[in-house]
Amino acid sequence: MTPPLLEIDNLRTWFYTDSGVARSVDGVSMRVDAGETLGVVGESGCGKSVTALSILRLIRAPGRIEPGSAIRFEGKDLLTLAEADIRHVRGNRIAMVFQEPMTALNPVFTVGDQIAEVARIHTDMSRKEAAAKAVEMLRLVGIPDPERRATEYPHQLSGGMRQRIVIAMALVMNPALLIADEPTTALDVTIQAQILELLADLTRRLGTSILLITHDLGVVAENCTRVIVMYAGEVVEEATTSDLFRHAHHPYTEGLLGAMPRVGGHAERLATIPGTVPAPTNWPAGCRFRERCEYAWERCEQEHPPLYQIGEGHVSRCHLAVEPERRANRHVPIAAQVGAGAA
Amino acid sequence: MDGASVRRRLVRDTRVRIALVVLAVIALSAILAPHIAPYDPKQQLDITHLNGQPPSLAHPFGTDPFSRDVLSRLIFGTRVSLAIALSAVAIAMTFGTLFGAIAGYVGGTVDAVLMRIVDAAFSIPTLLLLIVVIALWGDIGIVSLTLLIASIGWFTVSRLVRAETLVVRNADYVVAARALGMPGWRVLVRHVLPNVVAPAIIASTLAVGNVILLEAGLSFLGIGVRPPTPSWGSIIQDGSERVSDLWWLTVFPGLAILITVFACNALGDALRDALDSGQLLSSFDDAPLSS
Amino acid sequence: MSTPLLSVRDLVKHFPIKSGIFGKVSGQVRAVDGISFDVNAAETLALVGESGCGKSTAGRAILRLIEPTSGSVSFDGHDVLTLGREELRRLRRKMQIIFQDPFSSLNPRMSIGAIVREGLTIHKLAEGAAADTRVRQLLDEVGLRPEYASRYPHEFSGGQRQRVGIARALSVEPSFIVCDEPVSALDVSVQAQVVNLLQDLQRDRGLAYLFIAHDLSVVEHIADRVAVMYLGHIVELAPVDMLFDMPIMPYTQALLSAVPAPEPGVKRERILLTGDVPSPANPPSGCVFHPRCQHPAKDEECARVVPPLEEKTPGHWAACIKQNAPDFFIPRSALHRSVPSPVNS
Repeated sequence: MTPPLLEIDNLRTWFYTDSGVARSVDGVSMRVDAGETLGVVGESGCGKSVTALSILRLIRAPGRIEPGSAIRFEGKDLLTLAEADIRHVRGNRIAMVFQEPMTALNPVFTVGDQIAEVARIHTDMSRKEAAAKAVEMLRLVGIPDPERRATEYPHQLSGGMRQRIVIAMALVMNPALLIADEPTTALDVTIQAQILELLADLTRRLGTSILLITHDLGVVAENCTRVIVMYAGEVVEEATTSDLFRHAHHPYTEGLLGAMPRVGGHAERLATIPGTVPAPTNWPAGCRFRERCEYAWERCEQEHPPLYQIGEGHVSRCHLAVEPERRANRHVPIAAQVGAGAA
Repeated sequence: MDGASVRRRLVRDTRVRIALVVLAVIALSAILAPHIAPYDPKQQLDITHLNGQPPSLAHPFGTDPFSRDVLSRLIFGTRVSLAIALSAVAIAMTFGTLFGAIAGYVGGTVDAVLMRIVDAAFSIPTLLLLIVVIALWGDIGIVSLTLLIASIGWFTVSRLVRAETLVVRNADYVVAARALGMPGWRVLVRHVLPNVVAPAIIASTLAVGNVILLEAGLSFLGIGVRPPTPSWGSIIQDGSERVSDLWWLTVFPGLAILITVFACNALGDALRDALDSGQLLSSFDDAPLSS
Repeated sequence: MSTPLLSVRDLVKHFPIKSGIFGKVSGQVRAVDGISFDVNAAETLALVGESGCGKSTAGRAILRLIEPTSGSVSFDGHDVLTLGREELRRLRRKMQIIFQDPFSSLNPRMSIGAIVREGLTIHKLAEGAAADTRVRQLLDEVGLRPEYASRYPHEFSGGQRQRVGIARALSVEPSFIVCDEPVSALDVSVQAQVVNLLQDLQRDRGLAYLFIAHDLSVVEHIADRVAVMYLGHIVELAPVDMLFDMPIMPYTQALLSAVPAPEPGVKRERILLTGDVPSPANPPSGCVFHPRCQHPAKDEECARVVPPLEEKTPGHWAACIKQNAPDFFIPRSALHRSVPSPVNS
């Protein structure tokens, strides 16, 4: 088997804040294979964005990637690279697309200049070659009339158009890995459909791997081959997309799937997960999902669950893996008993 | 941002601790002036033997040409200088905040008219205006002087507050208050004002230093605080004709001004940092840290 | 049918575009351009559309939180747009609003108890200890602990703040609430909690909602009827099942098909709209959707004639001058049909 393109091993990214140490990412391991689209899902506070930023070492004080973490990419450990070498990786071998296309673009330069700049940072292209490259990239991401658009400023473009520009910038150097952090969350649903279609098309044509971070399980279902579910700074479940949707194992994954309203579903009451994600400064002992879980029992309180192997390529951080009979024992979660304050 | 975290940040800041200690000492000496000043600041002790004497054990800061004890004058002068600065700034801040908040909240023609007034005020060279007014007015008391200084300070505050109000008035909680059927003035007082005073407070803290300097400058020019009342500026004025041989009349009040202004500015800067980073922190707590 | 609780007719809100130092009006943003609909008591009408379609402006113009340019709004027998200031203040008790952004919707300097209590004070509904009790009841009703009354908004999560906003709206016992994207900013699990809460409150209190949203999957759960907006116009209005089963307008179909299906392997037959929404400052002539429309019968008439919102089948209104083309129309069953999965392995 070929080694994975990206391999994250026991990543811990902690923030030393006024209110304590926030263990936002707390022992995350995952891999991305060449050419695949890996989905990372979870609600705000689960650590998915911090994981993404950690890969490119974009964590600023008071945040810190703890010793013992490793991120291997194309045979190098990104965490031990010199600053000059990591800069060579950023935007070149690994590129990022963020949620908010407006803030990702500099308002005082034309979009053509901004795309060309990326090319000039990483190669010795002349100004003219870079400008031609910019137009080529705009054409690649499906922007009509690219020569004219290249001379426009970000504020002259719509949100969907801006996100295409951001994607064009990310792809200039033909990176091996594209990290897309909620790339369509700020966009309207019809524009989201266009952008996702574009990303899928680009992976097919260029063979780029994508790490797609999202809170939307629908986006995952349509675009990803494998999924990782994160909760409270940890991976709680990992499976192929079809496995995850058909045989979700972790109660949190179950809850997410149930809470999602779906077009074509009936107008029944939505399932909910009571309570909220705990604060990253104070993860509960034992299972971090315990208080919101319908199945939790004593063991969950005492023993932090490891990632159990459930099936081929399917792991879950839940003791139900070894005591499956407990599934029959559903009860009202602690967070709902207190009742109050749920949200 | 919330009050508690801002306070926490402030207390932890070394600048703030030093500035607060310095200002506390200065404020205390102003309050307790009659008890700690060794002499009556206006009393001419011995016009023949004690005029313009350099610092000595009996008179640590020396005496002035009228044989008055400079230390005592400095301590009492603190009262005057501080009282003028604090009240002028308080008046300017209150008026400026109301003016700016009303302009920003009501908007439309009211805003346009009020802001043109501010623009006009900005275009007048204020120091010159002050000098002219005082010259025409003649002898003015401390109260009038304070009001005059306040009258040239409020428009900066009003502009800051208006800008902030324009943001806050569109916040959903202001819309919600209107949707509840709350009368306009009440929305302004309960929802807008408390959320726009932060820049006014920062500006005012920084302004205290400026006003101390302004008062000192006016008194030095002989058109501020009138003799025999001591203020930091007027003490320097007393020695202004013989700076080289009566240096203690310049150095000690000068130091007092320097230290106070420095402390005010440090406090203002720290306050600004705390309020800014307070905002950063709270948004940081909520979003990026998470997901 | 009995008279509706709320009746909106030809509501228009244009924002002037000012340019130059003298603020000369150089154009109009036609945010809401003549919309009409009714909301019945205890009913949820959803107003859906993409950003910039004017749905939020419409919601606020109905409450006169922004003054409409023209049109009429009648609520419970009152002509809202002609009311004097005092009468409007009194009527606001009956018409409330909850907001999208749980962070900007609560005054950061007031405790949540004070926030919820305000409405009681303004309308003299309760005072002193009675008001305290009422605040505690309201917090309990929205699923918050009554002890939280003394805490400040920053101590709460997004979903909890949203509950505070709901309690504030309920405090004055309204019969109608404009819900302006109340769950769009929330996480999936929390979104479900808030949707359920809104449904419970509607059942218990007989509330009518104007539910403004861009997320069709949430709308299908909560709405009785749905109005689809595009560029300031209502282009389709129908009971929820009818709209989702047999959307008439090509725009509605595109909108429906764009929602990602939460089942792997199920790839919708997607109608991908090309291009972006035109600017409401310069909307297309005729049917505002025609430049992006993929209706097979589209012709130059579409660029000329402004299509009226007509009742095509009983209860189902649409603004399209063309016949429903059967081969173009994609019924819901097809939208959910499994096609061979392009998921690469």
